[in-house]
Amino acid sequence: MRYLPLTDTDRQDMLSVIGAASIDDLFVDVPAEARLSGTIEGLPDHASELAVERHMAALARQNLSAGEAPFFLGAGAYKHHVPASVDHLIQRGEFLTAYTPYQPEIAQGTLQVLFEFQTQVARLLGCDVANASMYDGSTACWEAIGMARRITKRGKALLSSGLHPHYVSVARTMAKFTGDALMHDAPTLDAATDIDALIAGIDKGTSCVVVQYPDILGRIADLTPLAEAAHAAGALLVAVVTEPVALGAIQSPGAMGADIVVGEGQSIGVGLQFGGPYLGLFACKQKYVRQMPGRLCGETVDAAGKRGFVLTLSTREQHIRREKATSNICTNSGLCALAFSIHMTLLGERGLRELATLNHGLAVQAADRLANVPGVTLLNDSFFNEFTLILTKDARDVVRNLADRGVLAGVSLGRLFPQAPDIGNGLVVAVTETVTAEDIEALGNALEEELA
Amino acid sequence: MTMLKEGRPTAPTPVKDAHMSPATATGNRALMLEEALIFEIGSTDTTGVDFAPAPNVASRLGTLARTDSIGLPGLSEQETVRHYTRLSRQNYAIDLGLFPLGSCTMKHNPRLNEKVARMPGFADLHPLSPQSTVQGALAVIHELAQWLVTLTGMHSVAMSPKAGAHGELCGLLAIRAALEARGDARSVVLVPESAHGTNPATAAFCGYQVEDIPATPEGRVDLEALKARLGPDVAAVMITNPNTCGLFERDMKTISDAVHAAGAFVYCDGANFNAIVGRVRPGDLGVDAMHINLHKTFSTPHGGGGPGSGPVVLSEALAPFAPLPFVEKQGDQFVLIEEETAQDHHGETFGRMVAFHGQMGMFTRALAYILSHGADGLRQVAEDAVLNANYILRSLDDVLDAPFGTSGPCMHEALFSDKGLADGFTTLDIAKGLIDEGFHPMTMYFPLVVHGAMLIEPTETESKAALDQFILALRSLAERAKAGDEALKGAPYHAPRRRLDETLAARKPVLTWTEPALAQAAE
Repeated sequence: MRYLPLTDTDRQDMLSVIGAASIDDLFVDVPAEARLSGTIEGLPDHASELAVERHMAALARQNLSAGEAPFFLGAGAYKHHVPASVDHLIQRGEFLTAYTPYQPEIAQGTLQVLFEFQTQVARLLGCDVANASMYDGSTACWEAIGMARRITKRGKALLSSGLHPHYVSVARTMAKFTGDALMHDAPTLDAATDIDALIAGIDKGTSCVVVQYPDILGRIADLTPLAEAAHAAGALLVAVVTEPVALGAIQSPGAMGADIVVGEGQSIGVGLQFGGPYLGLFACKQKYVRQMPGRLCGETVDAAGKRGFVLTLSTREQHIRREKATSNICTNSGLCALAFSIHMTLLGERGLRELATLNHGLAVQAADRLANVPGVTLLNDSFFNEFTLILTKDARDVVRNLADRGVLAGVSLGRLFPQAPDIGNGLVVAVTETVTAEDIEALGNALEEELA
Repeated sequence: MTMLKEGRPTAPTPVKDAHMSPATATGNRALMLEEALIFEIGSTDTTGVDFAPAPNVASRLGTLARTDSIGLPGLSEQETVRHYTRLSRQNYAIDLGLFPLGSCTMKHNPRLNEKVARMPGFADLHPLSPQSTVQGALAVIHELAQWLVTLTGMHSVAMSPKAGAHGELCGLLAIRAALEARGDARSVVLVPESAHGTNPATAAFCGYQVEDIPATPEGRVDLEALKARLGPDVAAVMITNPNTCGLFERDMKTISDAVHAAGAFVYCDGANFNAIVGRVRPGDLGVDAMHINLHKTFSTPHGGGGPGSGPVVLSEALAPFAPLPFVEKQGDQFVLIEEETAQDHHGETFGRMVAFHGQMGMFTRALAYILSHGADGLRQVAEDAVLNANYILRSLDDVLDAPFGTSGPCMHEALFSDKGLADGFTTLDIAKGLIDEGFHPMTMYFPLVVHGAMLIEPTETESKAALDQFILALRSLAERAKAGDEALKGAPYHAPRRRLDETLAARKPVLTWTEPALAQAAE
C-alpha cells in the first residue's frame, strides 16, 4: 500500500520492543464479539493510483460543469474566474498540510494570513473586526442570530423575505432547539424589497433584523433606515452578503449601520465545488467582539520583541469554556480563507472595482437582452450581477428543458421556495465576468424558443 | 589590461567563533525571509489581475454606488506569489515532518486526492444545477455514504455537516428530535471528563444541561457511576471511543445497553476512528450516532484550520430524523432529496444544517483515499496507527510518566504526563523544545484528566526511521527537563519566532491592521 511505509520486518521489530506477540494483542481491549477477524465483506481491496483516477474521472464526466455551457446560476454560489496563482499557492504543502496554528512559533505563515484576511474582510464589509472564518454563509448567518440573542437578551429575530431560503431553513432548524422565534415570509414578486415591512415589524422583543444585500432576487436596498429603526428599538441589524464582489460596486452594510455583517466568501478564490467547502465571513462592531463566535487572530510580540501573531480571545471558545462557549465551532475554513485572501490581494481595490464594474456591465446587457424576449419581464429596478425574470410558465420546467439543450439558465424560485407556488414563474439569473456575449445570446434564443 | 589570476576563495576562511550568528541589516536570515503585511507593501492602485473592458452601460445600482475608499491593497502577481511563498515557509506541515498532534490524526495527504477534487466535473459544478446534469456528483456522495455506513456497521449517514463539531450538533439534534417525536422531553447529556471541549459545547447549544461522568484511575469511563446517573432525565451519553486517554472503552457495549435500557441514546465522538477503522464497527457496540472527521481518518487536508467535513452515521432509530438534503438512489438515477421533495416521504427530518450539500470537495478526496486503500488497506491503517503509538509509548515510558501505561495497550495515541520533571519545568517547555528539534509538538494539556498531558498521535503514515528520530528527540528533551536544563525554558531558539506573548494579545486585542498614524492617534 503506497501510503504505508512500515515493512513487515519493521512491524515485527516494533512488536518485540512493545512486548506483544502479534498485532491482535494490541486490540485486546475490544470486546471479543466486536472484533472483526478479517476485512469487512462486500468492499473492494486497495487500488492503484491510476485505477482510482480513472474511476473518479468517469464520475466527473457524468456532470455538466459550469465551464462547459452557457452558465447563469447564482443564488448564493457564483462562478468567477480564479487566477491560476491562487490554486498554486494554496497547494503549497506548508499551507495545505498544516494544522490549526496552535503553536504560533512555527505557524506564523498561517497566522499572518489570517490577520490579513480579517483586515480585508472587515474593510470589505465595512466593520471594525472580522473573525478567521466560519463554515459557510448559512452557518455564519445563524451564528449571528445567536450572537444577537446573547447581546440583546431577546429571542425574536425578523428575517427578511429576501434572505436566501436555505439560510432561513438553517436558522429555523437551529431555532427549534435554541428557542428563538423567527419571523419570515417568502418573497413577493415586487421591485421593492420588504424594508418597510421589516421596519414596521420591529418591537421591544426584537433581537435582530436579518436582511440580505443584494437580496435573493438581486434587489439592492438602502439599509440605513432599517438600521436606525432597529437601533431605536434596541435591536441589532444583521446584514448578509452572499456575493462579496458586489461590495466593489455598492456601499458596504457596515457603512449603513449594520452591527453584524456575515457573508459567503466563495466568490473570491474558492470556486463552486458543488456547494462546499465554502467560506463563512463574519464581522461586527468592535464593542461586540467578545460575543463573537469562531477563531480570532491577533497581533503580539515574541520574547525577542519581534512582531508576531497568535490565536487570541480564546476564552470565548469551546476548548477553554466548554459548555459556556459562544459557539461549539472548532474547525473553521482556513484554506478557503487563504484562497480568498490571495485572490483579494491579487485584485486589490482597483482590481475588485474593475471586476465589479465588469460584472455589473455584463448583467445590465443580459437583463436588457432577456427582457426583450416575449413572455419575459424583468422584476428588478436595481441589481448588481443578478436579477429575477418573471416568465409565463413555471421556471422549474424551463430550467430543466434548457439544461437538456445545454444551457444552464439560472435558479428557479420553485426550487428555492417550494412552499410558495405563486412565485414559481420566477427565474434568478446571475451574470459574472465569465459570461460572454455569445452565452447571453444563447440564453436569449433558448428562452425565446422555450416560451414561444 | 591584464587578466587577474587570483580567482575566488574556494574554502571557508577560518573565523574566531564558528557559532557566531551576527544580525543582518534586513532581518532576513538567508532562506528565512521576513515578510511585511500586504497593507505595508501593497497599494490600492496596484493589481495582479487584468480584465476585459467593461461594457459602457448606465448603472442600475440605484443610489448606493460605493464611493468610499475600501482600503484593500493589491500586489502584482509576482509580488503575490512571493508574499505567500515566504509566509508558507514560516509554517510547519506534515509535508515537512512528523506532526504528532493527539486526536488530530495528521497523516499524509495523498496528492491524487487533490487532483481528483480539481477535476472540472466536480470543482466547477454549481450546487443548484439541474439534477440531470450532476448525476456523477450525486454518485460520489452516494458511493462515499455506502462506504461510511459499511465501515461503521450503521444504518445510514447524514453527509452535510461541515466539520466534527457540526457533526456532533447533527447527532444531538437527531437525538433531540427522536425524543420529542416520542413525547419524551429529557434535559441532561452526560459527558466524560476527558471529552473534547466541543462535546459539552454542542450539548449546551442543543439546550441540554451537561453533567460530567468521572473516569476510573485506569483512564476509562466509570461504568458504575454512569449507570447510577442514568434515569428518565438523561437524553444521551456522549462518549469518545477510543477515548482521549488513548484507550479503548472496554465496556462500550455494556454502556450502550445500559443507556438504551434507560431510554437514552449513545453519541460517539468519532474523532479517533482511525484507530479502529476496518477492525471494529461502532454499530456493533450499540452506537446511535457518530461523526466521522473526513479530515482525520480519511486524510482530507487540514489546510491550516479547515475546511473539515463531519458526516454522521446514524442508527435505525435516528435515521428518520436525518437532516436535509441527502442523496437517494431510485432505479438507476441519483436523486437529491431537498425541501421540495422531502415533505412526501421524509416528514420527520429535523431540517437543514447548511445552505447546500456539505463538503463536496472533501467527499471527492475522501472517496479517492478510501478507494486507494480498500477494505484491506484501511484495516492496515488502523493496525499501523496503533502499532506506531504503542512503539512510542514503550520506547519512552522509562523517561516520561505514562499515567495509564498499565491500563493495557494504547490505541492510536500515547499519553504522558509532566510528573517527574524538575521543579518549574513544564509540558510547554518540552513542546517548545520539540520545535527546535524539527518536530511539531504533541497535543499539550489535553485531556484535562492528566496533569500536563502530552498526547502523541504519530499516525500510520510515519516510517520507523521517522519514529526513531522523534523518540530520540523527545527522550533528550525529557532528560533535559528532568535535569533542570534552564536553556530549555527559552526554546524555541531556531523557529521564525521565539515564544509569543499571548497574554498581551488577549489584554490589548489588535485584530486588524491600522495605518500607524491612525493607530497612534487612537492611543
